Amino acid sequence: MFSFIARRLLVAVPTLLFLIVISAVLMHAAPGGPFNSERKLSAEVVANLQAKYGLDQPLYLQIWTYIRDLVLHFDFGPSFKYKDRTVNDIIAQGFPVTLVYGFWSFVIATILGIGAGVIAAIRQNTPTDYLVLSVAIIGAVLPGYVIAPILVLVFTLKLGWLPGGGWEDGEWRYLVLPVIALSTGYIASIARLMRSSMLETLNSNFVRTARAKGLPEWKVITRHVMKPALLPILSYLGPVFVGMITGSVVIDMYFSTGGIGKSFVDSALNRDYSVMLGVTLLVGALTIVFNLIVDVLYAFIDPKIRY
Amino acid sequence: MTKYLLLSTILSLSLAESAFAATVDPADKLAGTQTFSFWLLDSITTLDPQLIEAVEDSDVARQLFEGLYTEDGTGELVDAGAIGYTVSDDKMTYTFQLRPEAKWSNGDPVKASDYVYAWQRLVDPATASAYAWYMELMQVENATAVIAGEKLQTELGVKALDDLTLEVKLITPLPYFRKMLAHSSVLPVHKANIEAHGQKWTEPGVLVGNGAYTLTEHKPGEKAVVTRNPLYWNNAATVIESGSFLTVNDENIAFTRYEAGELDTVGIPTGMYPQLSKDRPAEASSAPRACTYYYLLNMDPEKGLEALKNISVRKALSYAVDRDILVDKVLQSGQIPAYTLAPAAMAGFTVPSVDYATMTQEARSEEAKRLLTEAGFTAENPLKLTLNYNTSEGHKSIAVAVQQFYKAVGVELTLNNMEWQVHSDIMHERTYELARSAWCGDYNEASTFLDLFTSSSGFNDVGYLNADYDTLMADSKTMDDPQPNYTKAEEILAADMPIIPIYHYTSSRMLKTDVRGYPKMNVFGTWYLKELYRVAE
Repeated sequence: MFSFIARRLLVAVPTLLFLIVISAVLMHAAPGGPFNSERKLSAEVVANLQAKYGLDQPLYLQIWTYIRDLVLHFDFGPSFKYKDRTVNDIIAQGFPVTLVYGFWSFVIATILGIGAGVIAAIRQNTPTDYLVLSVAIIGAVLPGYVIAPILVLVFTLKLGWLPGGGWEDGEWRYLVLPVIALSTGYIASIARLMRSSMLETLNSNFVRTARAKGLPEWKVITRHVMKPALLPILSYLGPVFVGMITGSVVIDMYFSTGGIGKSFVDSALNRDYSVMLGVTLLVGALTIVFNLIVDVLYAFIDPKIRY
Repeated sequence: MTKYLLLSTILSLSLAESAFAATVDPADKLAGTQTFSFWLLDSITTLDPQLIEAVEDSDVARQLFEGLYTEDGTGELVDAGAIGYTVSDDKMTYTFQLRPEAKWSNGDPVKASDYVYAWQRLVDPATASAYAWYMELMQVENATAVIAGEKLQTELGVKALDDLTLEVKLITPLPYFRKMLAHSSVLPVHKANIEAHGQKWTEPGVLVGNGAYTLTEHKPGEKAVVTRNPLYWNNAATVIESGSFLTVNDENIAFTRYEAGELDTVGIPTGMYPQLSKDRPAEASSAPRACTYYYLLNMDPEKGLEALKNISVRKALSYAVDRDILVDKVLQSGQIPAYTLAPAAMAGFTVPSVDYATMTQEARSEEAKRLLTEAGFTAENPLKLTLNYNTSEGHKSIAVAVQQFYKAVGVELTLNNMEWQVHSDIMHERTYELARSAWCGDYNEASTFLDLFTSSSGFNDVGYLNADYDTLMADSKTMDDPQPNYTKAEEILAADMPIIPIYHYTSSRMLKTDVRGYPKMNVFGTWYLKELYRVAE
């Protein structure tokens, strides 16, 4: 097991290096640049800007400098757009925000999603099943940018219970609406996935055997069905967790949380190369880590898998 | 420097007493809580005055720093850091007397050398400011050479004669030089603070400013909070205790948060102004802004489309656009149809009566058809064009409407949507046919618009070359009263039609009824927290 983890972490290094190179090349290939403005800047000003940020160097040197600073100083470089701040500052400020609302969204989405999926599967083809399914479908098709304004309209404007935006260091009142808006879609997809996975397991031979032995249904479900039914969900949850804690542009836009999700999209639109690269690396590294965690969890849940 | 005009000093000294801070109406009873919450559409990108490019940034920086002048509600200059000035006979040397009681928020006196440092910093290649050109625009001596790295920043034409006397040397007797001094790029900064903290100097608790407020909190993307600065020279007249600047990236959400009482002023979302101005006239207002929306017609001698080099075609394309429909039915926020470039709201500017502005749309469309036929375009051989615009619902609605207007006169317009970075590249490279663009003035003078289309301008993305136009604009830099030149320049533009002016912006906003002193009519949207106060209702 430990050698498996060590091997996987070792492979992560070239993966991340490859991610840096390919992202840098793609970014620079995209038309436009970080210093485009309404007024065409004079050649001198552009030259000064490029010299300040090292963009006058050939691309391979820029990538080399970037990797060197990253490895030696853990320095992600300056932001081209947010001139008072470095990429480290931007991640240090935005990531804790998305980590908090992403984590709670994940917990809620997982619990409610799995719960709803299980209930729907056990009560297959009953009104309960149809209700769960219809709610799940509505939840899945309603995008965050529709849910978010509706939530603000209802809970802020009509009821006056919760603030319409802001973060205030994650005080719970500021957390509720972003978490609802972010988790709704995921609850729906987890519920549907869980339901079909449960149904598949319920129809398998070992469940028939368990029932034939005369085990009570609740025991069949908890002891024999839940574990194997969770496997496909688990591999889905790894990337979902990363996606949630690295934020959502919709949540950051509509609730002014100051999270990293908006920085990611903005950096691409602004051609803020270093921020884009920094956040890409963050997402890449987290994805590698959580895929690894999922694989390790597999070994615990599925007796067929051993590393 | 020869003889000084003493008169101007006396004049500006006598003006100095009135409009500095909140002028509370004696009839008003002040509210118990004096706070104000302002909407920012985007995150603050920087609070370093010399690096600022965005409106949001200057909205905050204006509260934290104070330059030589501020602006009142009508855009007139008010003495701030300066208490008087003299100008040489050739109008190329200005000497400003600085306010002796002005202090930085750490207690240091504000000195002339602080301005010198800030101005040198703006053009210093090491700062790499994207607004370095502003110093060139101000015509300060050696600005261009310093930016290009040919001279040291210490050779810039700005000097501290003593702690309270600032001398500026210009290369042309620019008549509107002083008007350019309210801009955020030329705000003074505290040298020792910047040198001690480097890039981190703009953080709350670190930033040393000389404005009426200090920065107490800044959470990028969420909010910034400023609190009254007890060391500000006119702190006694400040009423608002603290101000918050909330970033909300969506105008509809911002409006909801205004309704929920979280914001005290917001822009009115597209299309809602007619209803709100009827239902809630005490809160809703609309005022002209120093901005114009237009389409560029690429007439570059080499890269431009052949058809667009034909003046009849360009005119036809402009005539065919029904600005009234765009303004009344598409935009619906009280915008003003534009037939010329600079808005009528610019100080002292007289908009010429260009012929097509007074025609009916029916007549304009007829004329457009006639001009197109004259240029050889018929139903069998229609003019086919592509319009580039950057991604935005607003730009799209206008483009779709224009497509219809053009269809009516037999022009086939293809719409080409692209993200801003690509769009701006293509515009600057002049590899488009028609392109959406807009400009907001940097100072309250028509030249801030008209200078854009001189043949040497960095903004002339259409490749427009007209020697008469260039001469008029060049002469305007040295005239006592340049206004007639601006009017004539507009006439030339309307005759040559290198661009299609579409509308002049308005700023339509909601403001809570208990807020007083907000300069709704300022064409730049320039406002100062220190001038506001809230009344008990």
